[in-house]
Amino acid sequence: MKDTPEKPFKGRLEDRRFLTGKGRYVADITLARQCYMGQVLSTHAHARILSVDTSEAETMPGVIAVLTGADCAADGLGTVPPFFMPSLWGGPEGYATQRKILVDDRVRCVGERIAIVIAETADDARVAAETIMVDYAPLPVVTDARAATEADAPKLWDDNENGNISVSIPMGDKAATEAAFADAEVTIKRRLLSPRIAPFSLEPRVSVGNYDEADDRYTLYTSSQDPHGVRSNIARNVLKIAESRLRVVSPDVGGGFGLKAHMHPEDALVLWASKHVGRPVKWLGTRSECMLTDTQGRGQEIEVEIAATKAGKLTAIRAEAWTNLGAYFWGTATPPLFFAMQLIPNIYDVGAVDLTNHAVFTNLPPMSVYRGAGRPEATYLAERMMDELAAELGMDQAEIRKINAIAPDAMPYTTATGMTYDSGAFADMIDAAARVSDWSGYDARAEESRAKGRVRGRSLISYVEVAGVMNERMEIKFEPDGTVTIVAGTHSHGQGHATVFSEMVADWLSVPVENIRYVQGDTDKVLIGRGTFAARSSMLGGTALLRAKDALIERAKLMAAILLEADKDSLDFADGMFKVRDSNKAIALTEVAKMYYIPAGPANALGLGLTGEGTSAGKPGAAPNYPNGTMVCEVEVDPRTGALTVDRLAALDDVGRILNSTICEGQIHGGIAQGMGQALMEEMVFDEDGQLTSGSLMDYCLPRAEHMPDIASELSEVTCTTNPLGVKGIGESGAIGAPVAIVNAVLDAVRPLGVAHIDMPVTQAKLWSALRDAEAAQ
Amino acid sequence: MKLEGTFTVDRPRDEVWQVLNDAEVLRDAIPGCTALEPTDDGYEATVQLKVGPVKAKFSGTVTIKEATAPDLLVLAGEGNGGVAGFAKGEARVVLLDAPGGTEVAYEAEVSIGGKLAQLGSRLIASTSRKLADHFFTRLNEIMSGEQQREAS
Repeated sequence: MKDTPEKPFKGRLEDRRFLTGKGRYVADITLARQCYMGQVLSTHAHARILSVDTSEAETMPGVIAVLTGADCAADGLGTVPPFFMPSLWGGPEGYATQRKILVDDRVRCVGERIAIVIAETADDARVAAETIMVDYAPLPVVTDARAATEADAPKLWDDNENGNISVSIPMGDKAATEAAFADAEVTIKRRLLSPRIAPFSLEPRVSVGNYDEADDRYTLYTSSQDPHGVRSNIARNVLKIAESRLRVVSPDVGGGFGLKAHMHPEDALVLWASKHVGRPVKWLGTRSECMLTDTQGRGQEIEVEIAATKAGKLTAIRAEAWTNLGAYFWGTATPPLFFAMQLIPNIYDVGAVDLTNHAVFTNLPPMSVYRGAGRPEATYLAERMMDELAAELGMDQAEIRKINAIAPDAMPYTTATGMTYDSGAFADMIDAAARVSDWSGYDARAEESRAKGRVRGRSLISYVEVAGVMNERMEIKFEPDGTVTIVAGTHSHGQGHATVFSEMVADWLSVPVENIRYVQGDTDKVLIGRGTFAARSSMLGGTALLRAKDALIERAKLMAAILLEADKDSLDFADGMFKVRDSNKAIALTEVAKMYYIPAGPANALGLGLTGEGTSAGKPGAAPNYPNGTMVCEVEVDPRTGALTVDRLAALDDVGRILNSTICEGQIHGGIAQGMGQALMEEMVFDEDGQLTSGSLMDYCLPRAEHMPDIASELSEVTCTTNPLGVKGIGESGAIGAPVAIVNAVLDAVRPLGVAHIDMPVTQAKLWSALRDAEAAQ
Repeated sequence: MKLEGTFTVDRPRDEVWQVLNDAEVLRDAIPGCTALEPTDDGYEATVQLKVGPVKAKFSGTVTIKEATAPDLLVLAGEGNGGVAGFAKGEARVVLLDAPGGTEVAYEAEVSIGGKLAQLGSRLIASTSRKLADHFFTRLNEIMSGEQQREAS
């Protein structure tokens, strides 16, 4: 709900644990007799492993065991396939890789896990790991996705019949697009890059594995966004055990951003090692180890051409993209491949499209999802090109967007890429953004900048997000004393679910929020869940929770009918009370609930316990939701030095029905900060040998508080029609809109100085060089 | 990565050439060198190195690809530091007469991997310059010491 003077935001229920340092993360878990795991990671990006010499490590102080890929094979451990391939989303079949949790034959990127050392302390394990000598026979390396498609490029997977291409996903209508281009009055062509970046959670990855011989059962504590997904993957693919023989617990998690949406080899390694040594095994990823071994996001090159009329109306888009998968098709790499294409139409009626996305293997660490997952790439393309068109035709940034925007009365509207938008008032959002950002006051600010010897530029961009993937389950149960427990299939790791879901249930059942306990993140407590990523939890968790409430009320009605001596169908539930229609007989839900727990008496005929469960479904089986919005950004550039300040940023977001406005705005702020990192600073840089050269915080730049402008944020409530709550997602929006909002504003500032193009990240050095080149050309 | 540098040694070219090909002198002058044995076509060596936060023992081989006394030495080398990474490359060392002695100019093309690349890549140029500095300073010391011995 929206904050109001009557009902102000009173903080999150999570605040006590997080703001007072009482959170309990995996690193805080210490099991009796636990020992530690250290790893040997490949130092070559592509090489055959000739030998692994562990003899010195085995004699080192504190060392309990040294295990290699040969031991994996001897124990019959399985390999890990992708979570799912594009064919499950209606795409073509592709080449799916099988990844070994310890590699014994051939490394295909730096950071591949080759051996592990189990020792008494973390330091003992690391020091011993450093003595393990791996003998490599280097192979040729390819790091660039497009170069990897050349006929003579080094090949990653020998039996892939399609060279280094795993899958090429086509979309749209080729013939209609060609026809539109033949008639086009204006065409513009560009090559755009979205470099690889690091998801970078504040808490690095950590895993603790414990094998219990008495129960023949494993427990994994891991910093994950999706404990059930991790369980399925390890039990089925690696350990090949019944899923009930593995418990996965993800307690407090310090940020995920997609990095922790899938299992990592260490999760399986600590379990396997624990069984080997008969003790719990803990792995604490160091920052530099995680920078090398974490999955990365983005990594796309795209050639795009647009067709339009002289009046500024788009008529077609064609584009061919090369997405850098890295060495494996790993985790949830499929969604970004689709979203990067499907959302190219954005808020616009774009005419025809002809799009292809090639997913290409290279000798880089694996790509997977990162906040936005393909949507920032699509939005970057749509909005960069919209500004190019505006510049070409000498039109205003807002005007050209309104000419092309899909009208509210066209809803539901199916885009040329097959997305069906249920709702959205896109042109209204543009007008509102102009108001919130003080669009008309720009000229005066630009003059002030000029007086300081700077140039000012601005952007106005729109975005569409698709939220609500897969399905979900939630449970509400009354305890015998009338208090309530929510058992969530989603997983909050900074999103404030305990607050929002508890507030919803408190409101529905009229129970005090302090009487509600929130449980998540433990496969022994939660029957099943998908976890949290892709802005899915408000719609899927919320809808499942609503249905759980409905089921619970239906069951409670049976008891209420007995207690009120009334017919079940004559009962209404409101304000926490069951009331007999047209009578003054009533009973509180809490009292009804308690009756489900009495051991004897007439009411026990209904059995024991009052619970309700609900499930929900989203894309691709059912309709998702389409959060959308408009951002206005102003930057100031010093043309002499290339120094750049993001001065103002206004974000207008249509989040459907607002569940908690403060938490929504928090999500927007965080997303914008990460979007700014992508636009201006962040890049995972690899040299031509596939060596990571930006593998520490000395070389990988993250945005800091000082870089952030004040954000003027306003939420708009255009009710979503695809779910009973009317909600839309919010988790990724800021990260989707911000990169192009910032880059477009920079280009707007420097275009008059002759800089027509610049790639992310727009570092000061890059901008300075572009300005000097432009100066030289004039 | 390209590394280059020039040093002046205050001894004639023939003498400099000799010490640059003397295993015992090299073992003494190479910073962190704990072992250096001649092989058929070069050396086998172990060197303890610290580049920024990466500290490791590198074992490797050096192959003399070309030796034209007393002008030119072309060397190829590779060292393996285990988890810390590896370095390999080729160096061209040219000796020229210079006022008061010999100018030694080197040019090397080096590639590095592992932690060395991840954490140390921007420190390689400065570290290698420092190491070369130490090497030639020591070389000078050794040669002037020998000269004194000869004189006495």
